Amino acid sequence: MGYVAIKGGTAAIQQAAKLLEFLRADGSDQPLSAGDIQRQLRFLHSRVLSEGALYHPELCSLAIKQSLGDTLEAAFMLRAYRSTRARLCESPLHNTGKMRLIRRISAAFKNVPGGQMLGPTPDYTQRLFRLELLDESPESFQRVAREWMAGLIGVPEVPDSFPKVLDVLRTEGLLPDIQEPGVPFDVTREPIVFPLPRSAALYTMSRAETGSLLGLAYSNMRGYGDLHPTVAELRVGYLPVMLPSPATGEMVEAGEILMTECEIVCMYEKGENDTPAFGLGYGACFGHNETKAIAMAVLDRALQRGAKHGPQNPSEDAEFVLLHIDGTESMGFAAHYKMPHYVTFQSDLDRLRKAQQKSEVKA
Amino acid sequence: MNPAPAHTPGGYAFGFMDEFAKKEIRRKILKAIAIPGYQVPYSSREMPMARGFGTGGLQLTLSLIGVDDTLKVIDQGSDESVNAVNIRNFIAHTCQGVAFTTRTTEATLIQTRHRIPEFPLQQHQILVLQVPYPDALVVVEPSEAKRKIMHGEADYARLWVKLYEDIVKFSEVTISHRYPTKIAGHYVIDPSPIPRYDVPKLHQSKALLLFGAGREKKIYAVPPFTDAEPLSFTDKPFRVESFHDEHGQRRRCSRCGSPNSFLDEVVCDDGGKLYQCSDSDYCNAMTASGGSADE
Repeated sequence: MGYVAIKGGTAAIQQAAKLLEFLRADGSDQPLSAGDIQRQLRFLHSRVLSEGALYHPELCSLAIKQSLGDTLEAAFMLRAYRSTRARLCESPLHNTGKMRLIRRISAAFKNVPGGQMLGPTPDYTQRLFRLELLDESPESFQRVAREWMAGLIGVPEVPDSFPKVLDVLRTEGLLPDIQEPGVPFDVTREPIVFPLPRSAALYTMSRAETGSLLGLAYSNMRGYGDLHPTVAELRVGYLPVMLPSPATGEMVEAGEILMTECEIVCMYEKGENDTPAFGLGYGACFGHNETKAIAMAVLDRALQRGAKHGPQNPSEDAEFVLLHIDGTESMGFAAHYKMPHYVTFQSDLDRLRKAQQKSEVKA
Repeated sequence: MNPAPAHTPGGYAFGFMDEFAKKEIRRKILKAIAIPGYQVPYSSREMPMARGFGTGGLQLTLSLIGVDDTLKVIDQGSDESVNAVNIRNFIAHTCQGVAFTTRTTEATLIQTRHRIPEFPLQQHQILVLQVPYPDALVVVEPSEAKRKIMHGEADYARLWVKLYEDIVKFSEVTISHRYPTKIAGHYVIDPSPIPRYDVPKLHQSKALLLFGAGREKKIYAVPPFTDAEPLSFTDKPFRVESFHDEHGQRRRCSRCGSPNSFLDEVVCDDGGKLYQCSDSDYCNAMTASGGSADE
């Protein structure tokens, strides 16, 4: 028998990539367009946009297309692209009260200033199959949007933005005072050393893998924690992004981002000056991702508790939460076990054989 | 290492990462060299290959490499392993002008996973090791914040207890690879998943040894001519992998005949076994010289 080297790597890699490309094209008439992915796979697109942590809707669609819809891979592609870009400037703080809303609800009050606005949501629909969509004609598909627009004639316009529900509670003195925001900690540019400032935790959660975040938040909701949150406000909409003009320094609108924001209030604790006040949790991310925003708000509150009183549950432990929710990292490490481990396994064999020999001698 | 051209075909800057990222990594490398064995935290960019596939090593390589460098990339000792091929292709694409070699002796920069080459490294060479777990204490303490304090105080008591308990339970230390090694008398490092066979090569190495953990966001170093001692008891000495057969004979590589290289145990189709050098460059050199090449 000849030399069994690890050979043929180059050719095998090329063929493996070609095979994947074949699977993408095989049996379909039409390739997916970037626009179709963004519109018809809205929530998939939103998820990747937020986990990829780069607001580039078109590249996000491309990432989904190229990864055959694998959210982890697609977000990873956006992240890798992000590594080639320098951070050019820091935006000033933005007030999400200025969001152009498509949906806002409060679970705290029946009526809130500006009113509840249900917007686009599947929350109160039955999850029953609409089998007619299996065989949807282009004509009937195009009719959907046209008829909806036609139905708008005569409907009064809704204002672009609404006041925040939290402002109501704050006016009544039920919330802790707003803390002076410090300089935000950019985890993509500064090394992480615990304990981390809250801004670092918020950013890490904002780009976290949705399922991981939800799992940890759920552990807190179920009983490994004691938050009992109430959604003061959940809003989805477009936030105008203001940046200083390079020429004049004056603030100009550079564009807008679709985002989801959730603010929860939790049972009161003693405040800084011993006045009891509700606890607050904050969640926000790119795209339309309501479950993620709620999970993040719950974990934000849990982490604040953990920082104050020492972690009593996994979801209150900043290291445990923040180091295990990143999709690019956890997916990469899980996938790396597929790589060759011949050498380490050889060492394992050596140790086991030695230990077996010794135990035989003893026996 | 001369300054590199600014851009490469395909629109990516030379070395893929933005210059701020490279600057940070170079500074952290200097710090790592100044404090041998200390894990320097860094921000760690995402690379276009998965975390766990060598993104830490890759970031070090990309920050260090210049057009006058000759690079060798190995995985499991082989230049042809899928991961080594993938990394080499990526660097060829984003670092135009860099020369590649499979020969250890010709390389100025070597990126490796799980092995240190058999040919002794020289002073003009840098070895970059890919690291999955940067912290030797992780087997006894999961919290990074607590481990940082333990390292600062050189408090390795729990690691010693683990080694002791191994000996009580199995009459052997069960740590097969990633063997905890004390650097310059203070910090204990995880030397990456190299076999125990490679650990003595860390001691008084002529080449600079750099360790990059991309996912865990740490860089550390064993500078040239630095002491590196694997943790062991005086009456239970540190032992490398045994390649002796049932008669107590040291096995030779079935291809080049080397009597002292680290061997891969290969299970053949007929159920039999073959032993061959894990380091393909070394095996090729030995084969070419008729098995007489000096190390």
